[in-house]
Amino acid sequence: MRAALSNPYFLYMLGAFGLLAIGFWMVLSSRNLIKIILGLNIAESGVNLFLVVLGYIKGKTAPIFTSAKIGANSMVDPLPQALVLTSIVIGVSVTALALALIIKVYEKNKTLDIAEIKNLRG
Amino acid sequence: MRKTLYGILLLLFFWYMMKFVNYLPKSPVLQGKGVSNYYLQNDKKDTAAANVVTAIVVNYRGFDTLGEVTVLFLAMTGLLAVLMGLKTERGKLTEASLILRAGTRLIIALIFAYGIYIFVHGHLTPGGGFPGGAVIATGIFLLYASFKDYSLNRTWSVILESFSGMGFVIVGFLGLLKGKSFLYNFLPKGTMGHLLSAGVIPVIYILIAFKVASELGALVSQMMEGEKE
Repeated sequence: MRAALSNPYFLYMLGAFGLLAIGFWMVLSSRNLIKIILGLNIAESGVNLFLVVLGYIKGKTAPIFTSAKIGANSMVDPLPQALVLTSIVIGVSVTALALALIIKVYEKNKTLDIAEIKNLRG
Repeated sequence: MRKTLYGILLLLFFWYMMKFVNYLPKSPVLQGKGVSNYYLQNDKKDTAAANVVTAIVVNYRGFDTLGEVTVLFLAMTGLLAVLMGLKTERGKLTEASLILRAGTRLIIALIFAYGIYIFVHGHLTPGGGFPGGAVIATGIFLLYASFKDYSLNRTWSVILESFSGMGFVIVGFLGLLKGKSFLYNFLPKGTMGHLLSAGVIPVIYILIAFKVASELGALVSQMMEGEKE
């Protein structure tokens, strides 16, 4: 336990995997369609947090040249942050399209409960 | 019963993933090797952008950003196609409370100014085109939520969105004409830290912000009030 806490990634990975597990729980065990999409969103936040934390180096600072004292050797890894920017936008797009489809499903079936939506045709 | 099973499986999953934390490799930036190290060391010389993440997103990996803008455009097109002919009951809603209406009148200009600040200073401070556009779209949503008869000018949003997307590709082709490659940084670089620096990076981020703001605004408009008569 002491070895785990001395690992600089430990607390952030706890958050990232915790968010992922909570998101999966919501997707698996919700009956409301909107809660399923919310769970997907939370899991996406967990994955993005995991990717950003992978570039973390203990003792270094954000990759912005704000003053003359911050050289290029005292910055964290900027490449995962650029990747996560794209990932967040794609998460927004998927959520928006999923919610539009939910609106159409509600118009047809008048319910958001997945136990009651039986027909796949039409 | 099924929920308990899911809970146990997810706890096992969580515990198993946490065991991996001890085996994560050391970052290559510490040893002075790797692509990120090249970007950190040479950003001042290549692009003179103070924000290294912006330099990566727009300059070094600018083509991936073009792909991302395309994905956003496809998702919004699909959404507007799915929700075509949507009928909402916005006319039957009651008026919002006085606090919301008065507060929106006070704060909406600040929200738009904050969004504009974020995307204009994308190469100097954290942020850039995508968060700036999202803040402006949030302001549009606040207007929709507070005033019952507010509606976004759909013609302008379509025009802005199309021309911003085209502008991004045209800037890329101008780079191809004047330099060696698509999306080449052909404007003068200036000194790092000034507003007019980093060449074509602020121009691209402003175009991206216009595109994102008008797309998300059209999304909010379609979902809140359906088809316009």
